[in-house]
Amino acid sequence: MQKRSWVPIIYILFLMLPIYWLVAMSFKTTGEILSGFSLFPQTWTFDNYRVIFTDPTWYWGYFNSIIYVSLNTVISVTVALPAAYAFSRYRFLGDKQLFFWLLTNRMAPAAVFALPFFQLYSAVNLFDTHIAVALAHCLFNIPLAVWILEGFMGGVPKELDETAFVDGYSFPRFFTKIFLPTIGAGVGVAAFFCFMFSWVELLLAKTLTAVYAKPIAAVMTKTASSAGYELGLLAAAGTLTIIPGAIVIYFVRHNIAKGFALGRV
Amino acid sequence: MKPSYQKAWFFVLPVLVLVAFNALIPMMTVVNYSVQETFGNNLFFWEGVSWFEKLLNSDRFHAALGRQFLFTGIILAIEIPLGVAIALAMPRKGIWVSVCLVLMALPMLIPWNVVGAMWNIFTLPDIGLLGYFMNHVLGVDYNMTQSPLAAWMTIVAMDVWHWTSLVVLLSYAGLVSIPDAYYQAAKIDGASNWAVFRYIQLPKMKRVLTIAVLLRFMDSFNIYTEIFVLTGGGPGNSTTLLSIDLVKIALGQFDLGPAAAMSLIYFAITLLVSWLFYTLMMRNET
Repeated sequence: MQKRSWVPIIYILFLMLPIYWLVAMSFKTTGEILSGFSLFPQTWTFDNYRVIFTDPTWYWGYFNSIIYVSLNTVISVTVALPAAYAFSRYRFLGDKQLFFWLLTNRMAPAAVFALPFFQLYSAVNLFDTHIAVALAHCLFNIPLAVWILEGFMGGVPKELDETAFVDGYSFPRFFTKIFLPTIGAGVGVAAFFCFMFSWVELLLAKTLTAVYAKPIAAVMTKTASSAGYELGLLAAAGTLTIIPGAIVIYFVRHNIAKGFALGRV
Repeated sequence: MKPSYQKAWFFVLPVLVLVAFNALIPMMTVVNYSVQETFGNNLFFWEGVSWFEKLLNSDRFHAALGRQFLFTGIILAIEIPLGVAIALAMPRKGIWVSVCLVLMALPMLIPWNVVGAMWNIFTLPDIGLLGYFMNHVLGVDYNMTQSPLAAWMTIVAMDVWHWTSLVVLLSYAGLVSIPDAYYQAAKIDGASNWAVFRYIQLPKMKRVLTIAVLLRFMDSFNIYTEIFVLTGGGPGNSTTLLSIDLVKIALGQFDLGPAAAMSLIYFAITLLVSWLFYTLMMRNET
């Protein structure tokens, strides 16, 4: 095994190169970027970051993204929990079909839904709100959360439920006091994947927002085209979008590999 | 055997309502558009299945579909073997495991348009790291806004960069679930590395690998944002994959009827291929 450890090292180097370049760019002045190639920033500048932290359009982009991503994660995991329990413990009419139908929504190209989504959320007066994006992202995050949670719940022996009921626990009390703590890791992993897919998605988020709930990624595209392509600013904004993901991933580092492996398709 | 309990439907109801709201209503809208012609002003005329007929016979659709399958085929052929190879070479325990996993998962957590923008900056011919290296160190003429081949190599490299880690994580999860006793038995029998891989590791990874192929198929078949930001479908139409063409028709030309018909056919193809995977997987499990 030891001999081959250079393989992951080379792979990680390959992964880090574009990220390094983005971070390096973010500390360069526009003049330096356009004047030619330099491996390291020659004159370090924090101007690009200063622009982002002082302009409300920029920093509200981050808040907006974080608000709807958190909302979506909470909604998805909350409604997925009882559903996953039903799928893992009982048979009922149409359960297999329902499970597959849920998964098909993970397959729908977002491009297909962009325009109808705009019309739907305009019709119910939710256009340009955080909750609209949070609800729209449920389309692909709920099926994923059900899938992951069902896998984790399947690993908990049924005797746990039965013993608790014999001991006189009511169902809600059993679920919150005994069952949830048992599958804590699963809830963490499901929340992580919901966060991740809501955070990286842009097409629907952009379609459903205009001003008040505009995600950071959409602020970036707009600035890129209107401000004459300020590469340094774009790089700084991009660098900052990596940070929330990096923080979240650090917390679930021990469980992330387990997340999909335990899931049933 | 799980007990039969019809009231379990109540547990599933919230999920059903939320997903149906997001899936069925837009889907009905799309179906509605696909059989009508509109000239704006909310005037619609019945068109029947003519959009579907036109689309299925159009060279533009065939070309975009062909490019889509080519792209998905290439990235699956690279990412799956590469991901397995990296997972096999990963350390099994120690602090390096966590470090490796966190660093490897990082690309997956970057918003998709930032991925596109990042690769754009990375590959700019004179000021990007890769672009500079190719043009001025290796002396290869590399400019993805000019050459379709360079554009294709760049989008493939970007997707490999972005998603190979998913295959690594899944394969790795499959590998660590193999008990040490299997390896010890293989050692006693004097099994070669290849035999260990073929008869112990590969069968144990089969299930997670199927999931990996399914997920990579679905996501690469639906890819839009990254490629749109990076190449915009160009140069010419060389990297105009299905979803990019779809958005061009729907939002660029505002041809709602043809775009809706295309959406439905697109979705049907994704569904069909995924269903094939799904049934194969279910059969393997039982």
